[in-house]
Amino acid sequence: MIAVLAVLLAFQLLGEAIAQVGHLPVPGPVIGMVLLFLALQWHSALPESLRTTAQTLLSHLSLLFVPAGVGVIQYGALLAKEWLALTIAVLLSTILTIAMTALVMHVLMHRNGADPSDD
Amino acid sequence: MTDLINMWVYLATSPLLWLTITLLVYLAGQWLFQRSGGRALLNPVALAISLLALLLLLTGTPYATYFSGAQFIHFLLGPATVALAVPLYLHWKRVRQLFLPLAFGLLAGSLTAILSAMGIAWWLGGSLPTVLSLAPKSVTTPVAMGIAEKIGGLPSLTAVIVILTGVIGAVAGPALLDWLRIRDDAVKGFALGVGAHGIGTARAFQISGLAGAFAGLAIGLNALLTALLVPAIIRLLHWLA
Repeated sequence: MIAVLAVLLAFQLLGEAIAQVGHLPVPGPVIGMVLLFLALQWHSALPESLRTTAQTLLSHLSLLFVPAGVGVIQYGALLAKEWLALTIAVLLSTILTIAMTALVMHVLMHRNGADPSDD
Repeated sequence: MTDLINMWVYLATSPLLWLTITLLVYLAGQWLFQRSGGRALLNPVALAISLLALLLLLTGTPYATYFSGAQFIHFLLGPATVALAVPLYLHWKRVRQLFLPLAFGLLAGSLTAILSAMGIAWWLGGSLPTVLSLAPKSVTTPVAMGIAEKIGGLPSLTAVIVILTGVIGAVAGPALLDWLRIRDDAVKGFALGVGAHGIGTARAFQISGLAGAFAGLAIGLNALLTALLVPAIIRLLHWLA
């Protein structure tokens, strides 16, 4: 478990370093994810300990967003004034985004005949 | 009584108190969510955030004090993002098969997220900093904050908007996808990831491992694309104005 944590942090560190040096708009952890993926492909095997630790961490992904979300208490004044515009914009735009992504994928998959139920 | 007050004064400023409370509140939210049979409206993230916000307001605790404890949880977002390589590796074969639908789904979703959020807020009379803070709303928190800072939004307001986006996507997304008769878990997961980043991904993992893998893939790809698109769109708007 500690070894896996060290591996994850090392890849994140490498990603942050590359993002800094290359002035990339992409965040370090995302580059770290790509690098770990490439390493797994190259190694063409997934260590059991990495699989279980990653799954444990990812099954509690939603917990990790709580601290940033509590930051809402800093915006009492702004929210009192603009909460309606903000809420409607976020609500509609999120629903539109999910629907648009799914529908475009769905249409393309059916056109290619990738979905057997379409035949 | 003074002992009790002294103890509170001491504990209230130590990182331990708010770290522990965050974990306990999250566990309680999860318990409630499971006890209710996974009722979407009892989203554990939304529950935990509302309860903690209420606690901080009632005890008059500043956010900085809270975050000095909660930062240890916040920090894990980095390694968790790296860990998304694992489900991606496990489902890589399916990802390769779906290359074109994924590419166009991503582009359509990313543009929809940016333009509709900014457009609707602008139309409803939102102020310029608010409109700019909304632009990167569908990507994962650290990236969204970075983009907001670059274009003149308010990074910490963006963080809040990003979480709200995630919660809405996780709560409404699965029902919406059912209503649209999307049955493929790969499509469901990818759409949740593009629209609602990590919180949508957490929800996608509850659908299936495959859905979670595609949602995780979407977080990375959408972070990349949005980081490129938003500054370009802002420049275009400046040029048009």
